[in-house]
This record gives sequence, structure tokens and C-alpha cells, in this order.
Amino acid sequence: MLPALLLCALPFYLDAFWLRIGLFSMAAAIGAVGLGLLSGTAGQLSLGHAFFLAVGAYGYVWLAGEPGPGLPPAVAAVLAVLLAGAAGGLFSPVAGRVKGIYLGVATLALVFLGHHVLLTADSVTGGFNGRSVPPLEIGGFTFAETDPELTVLGVPFGAEERLWYLGLALFALTWFTARGLLRGRPGRALVALRDSETAASVMGVHVARYRSAAFVVSSMYAGLAGVLLALSFRRVVPDYFSLLLSVDYLAMIVIGGLGSVAGATAGAVFVTALPLLMTRYADQLPLVATPGSGDGSIGPTEASRYLYGAAIVVILLYAPDGLHGLTRRTRARLRRKPSVTGPPDAGATPRPPGTTANTARTKEHTP
Amino acid sequence: MTGFLDNLLNGLALGSVYALIALGFVTIFKASGVLSFAHGSLLLLGGYLVAVLHDDIGFAGALAVAVLVTAAVAGALDRLVLQRVGTDPHSAHVQTIVTIGIDIVLVTDLARRIGGDLLPLGDPWGNSVTDLGPVTVADSRIAAILVSAVAIGGAFALFRFTPWGLSLRAAAEDGEAAALMGVRLTRVRTVAWCLAGGLAALAAVFLVAFPAPGLERTTGQIALKAFPAAILGGMASPVGALVGSMLIGLTEAFVAGYQSDLHVLGEGFGDVAPYAVMVLVLLVRPAGLFAAKGAARV
Repeated sequence: MLPALLLCALPFYLDAFWLRIGLFSMAAAIGAVGLGLLSGTAGQLSLGHAFFLAVGAYGYVWLAGEPGPGLPPAVAAVLAVLLAGAAGGLFSPVAGRVKGIYLGVATLALVFLGHHVLLTADSVTGGFNGRSVPPLEIGGFTFAETDPELTVLGVPFGAEERLWYLGLALFALTWFTARGLLRGRPGRALVALRDSETAASVMGVHVARYRSAAFVVSSMYAGLAGVLLALSFRRVVPDYFSLLLSVDYLAMIVIGGLGSVAGATAGAVFVTALPLLMTRYADQLPLVATPGSGDGSIGPTEASRYLYGAAIVVILLYAPDGLHGLTRRTRARLRRKPSVTGPPDAGATPRPPGTTANTARTKEHTP
Repeated sequence: MTGFLDNLLNGLALGSVYALIALGFVTIFKASGVLSFAHGSLLLLGGYLVAVLHDDIGFAGALAVAVLVTAAVAGALDRLVLQRVGTDPHSAHVQTIVTIGIDIVLVTDLARRIGGDLLPLGDPWGNSVTDLGPVTVADSRIAAILVSAVAIGGAFALFRFTPWGLSLRAAAEDGEAAALMGVRLTRVRTVAWCLAGGLAALAAVFLVAFPAPGLERTTGQIALKAFPAAILGGMASPVGALVGSMLIGLTEAFVAGYQSDLHVLGEGFGDVAPYAVMVLVLLVRPAGLFAAKGAARV
């Protein structure tokens, strides 16, 4: 409860830069949770996530904008998510039958073909230069700077503040639906499928159907992430939705810990915020040059890529269950030996970044 | 007609370069069950080494050093990183994701060094061409076909006639049984990684040679096109990889060659055509063209 309240209060204290980081992180978290369902739980590797994000983002832009049908933005957003699901469904003859790593390579095709389509179909996508994103509007309330002008408790509510609450709502939706799926019957079926296809099908799990269903659901989450991203960027360009983006998402779920919603969220915040923070504070960090200061030096983007590339390797070598597993083990250790480590709520061990969602749990030690 | 022959030769040249890369994927997959996403960065490393060394020690020397160093780096990655994750088939997924992490680090570093430049590799073929009857071919294309044929022939000879090749085949068939019979799985797979690394460095030269302008930071991404080739063949079959590579190379060359008739598909469709072919094949045969049908006994 406490983290939720904290998240709701943040727009009153942070400026637009931090809110934007938060927005991108929330969008990434929604996508990462979806990918976590597919890769972590069902054991299917997907590198096609960038494609489904693109379907969501461009679907919204086209459906709500001109040229396009010009639907009410809220309807367009819902339809864009369904469109991403449908795109996943179209791929399901492959996704249902092709296993694990093979699927990872097959989904590479989606990214490259998708990128090609984004560049080519410029009547819909605007081609190389992309399109600007019409703001979301629900019942006369626009998620942009104006219309209506809004000031809450003396804080002017611009686009970032408004979108922040939209992002929070969508993220909460993702969090609870994904947990429900994971803990319910579908989640157990997918885990059985990951562990042994033969055993699962003997137990009555329809293998191909569950695999394609996991793929469709995961692409719908990606579509939702795409819509939120488009709204925060206010302009969509094809080059953003490249293979690199897919790899970023894979990095998120690996760093966070496969198969857990909280882990995927933590990983998403880590991977999203790291380059943005490094860019902002480039001049104060050792070894990192300010962007564009010439070749040979390590820029902030490169520094963050080194860091999280290495993070993937190190985490899989030494803590295969990611940040999620690390926090869980740390917590278990604290609980076992409270006298040795001092007062349990003193925060004796430094927590990995981006696990704010979990920290509230330690409160149960206090009477 | 000459257009057709042109495309055919281009396709074969392209296919033989993809075959060098795809054979690497397949060798690694056979030995360890890992799909190496680090292959693009190894290729880039090989190309980069040739680019920086060729001025001082000549093209041949630079190529030799590049092949050896890339092979050593690939072997070291397997020994020092991947094998620490585990060597059983269940950890192959995890190792595959580790190769993605390795790829990010290596590519970032090499791309930073290369910057926005186009590095020439100083290959001896330059931009000279040869007339072969009705068609004119770039010498680099002929060299690509010949060198690849020799290298691939050599690799197949290794698979077929050496003790290592026998161990590799045994390990791919049934790792546990092979280990019980005295096959050192860790050594077999390290050698497989070395072989794949060497082949990737060799492939880099021909990807960068005329008519390509030179080595750039994105050259490694071309290695990804060999994924469809390997998948088409069924991932565990070297012959399949060869056939798949030729299919991919020819598709790409013909789609690019008849671009003007295919303008519905958009400009530059040749670059993505391999992936379209892969999806179509996977729809019909989810395990590739040459994969043996595995049966599950319950």
C-alpha cells in the first residue's frame, strides 16, 4: 500500500525530467511483465517484442489520427492493444509449434520485417520521419498541457503529471492481471509446459494452444506498453523499434529475474532509467564523456550498454534468479538472524536499485 | 538472361559467406545446444582486427592473426563464461541469453572504436572484375565462393575424419552416453567454439569486400541473416546449414536483382527477404528442412 501512495505523491515533488523517466519505466515495465510471462514462465524466448510495441504505438497513432480513421483516442488505444494481440495471433501458427530458442530466432523475422513495413508504408506510418502522436482524451479531459488547464494543490498539471497517473493506472492493471494469470491455472500450465512438454501434454495441457495463448497475451501487454510509450514520446519513429529494443526487454527480464512480475518491473526500471540518468549526469561521472564529445571516448549510452550487458552475464553467472531472487534471499537472511544484523528495519544491506515495490514488505517486522 | 546469371552468381557468393557463419552456428549448437547470439560481435571483431593490422603486416598476415585471435576469443568465452553457467542441456537456454549479454558488451566496445568510419580491410581483390562469358563478376565474389568452398570443405573433413569430429557427432547424438564413453564434452565444445569463431572472422572479410564500402559498426548485424539459414536447415545439420545458406543468399540476390518488378514490397526488401523465407518455411516445417523428427516416448 505504501509504495502505491508514494508513487501517487511523486508528481507533486518531481520535475518533468524525473517524471519522464518514470513514465518510460512504467511503459517498459508493462512490456517487460508481458515478456516475462512468455519467456520466464512459458520458457519461450522472444526477440520480437519491439515489433509488438510498434504495432501498439503505430496502431494508436493511426487509429486516432489524420490520416487514419480519426477515432476517439480512448477507443483507438483499446483497439491498438487488441491489434497487437491480433498480430501475435497471426504469428501463432509459428509461435504455437516452434519451441524455445527457435522461436527467438523466428521472432527476429518480425522485428526486421516490421521495421521494413514501418519504413515502406508511409501513408500509415509516416515513413522514416514517423508521425506525431495525438494526445489521449477521455470524456473531454486531455492528457496534454492544456484543455482543461489544471492545477492541483498549487502544482500545475502538465502532460507529464497527467500521463503519470495514466501510466500508474495501466501499470496497476498489468501488475494485477499478470499476477492473476501467473498464480492461476494458466500460469501453472505454462510452468508445466516449460519444465516438460511431454509431461504437460500427458497431464492435459494443450501444448500448442497454451503456447500461442501466452504469445498473444504477451504481445497485448507489449501493445499497451507501445501505446503508453507513444503518448510519452509524442512522436513515433521507426528506428526506435529495432532489434536493440527487443534485446533491451530481454535484458530487463533477465536482470530482474525470470518468471516474476516484481522482478520484471525492477529490471525494466533499471534498464530504462540507467541510460537516461547517465546522460543527465554524464559530466559528473568518472570515465563517462558528455554526449557528442568526439570518438573514442565512452559516452553515456555506451557506458550504460556496457553496464547492462555485463549485468546480464554476471547475474546469470552468480544469481540466476536476478534482482528478484537477490532481494528474496537477502530478506530471508535478515529474518533468520535478526540479532546479528541489528534491527531488521535499519536496512543493513544495500538494496539493488529499482526494487522500491518490494521494500514495503520488510515493514511486517514492526509490530 | 545476363541479369539472371548475375543474380545467380551474386546469390551463390552471398550464400557461401552466409554458409561460413551458419556453419559456425550449427557447430556450436551441435556441441553445446547454445544458439550463439555473440556471433555477430565475433565477426565484427575479426573484421576489425584485419582492418587495423593490414597496414603493418599485410592482408594475409592480418587475416591469419584475425582468424586465430577470434577463434581464441570464442574459445575463451566458452571456457571462461558459458561453461561456468553449466554444461547440461537444461542450461542451454540460460547460456544462450548469456551470449546476448556478451554480444552487447563486445559490440558496444567495437562500435565505439569504429565510430562512424568505414574501415577498409586492404583485401587484394579491390574493385577489379573478371569477364566470365556473358557476365562480369567482381573478383571478390569469386574469391568468396572459392575460399568458402575450401573452408567449408575443411570443416566437413574435420567433422568426418578427425577424432574431434567423431566426438562432436557422438556428443550431439547423446551427450551423456558420449561422456560415459570417455568423450571430454567440455573440450569438444571449446574446440567447436574456436572453429566457429575462426569461420566468422573469415566471413567478415567477404562481407566487407567490394562492392560493400568497408567495415562499419553495423557489419556484425549481417551475421544475423545467417540465423534464418541455419534454422532453415534445422540447426543441427551442417549440410542443412549449407543448403539453407544458398537458399537465403539466392533469395536475397534475386529479390534485390528484380527490385523494380517487386516495388509493391517496398525498397530494400532484399535485405529482409531471408526472414520472410524463414517464416514461410517454419510454418510448414517447424523444426527446419533437414531436422530428424524426434519422437517422445511416454
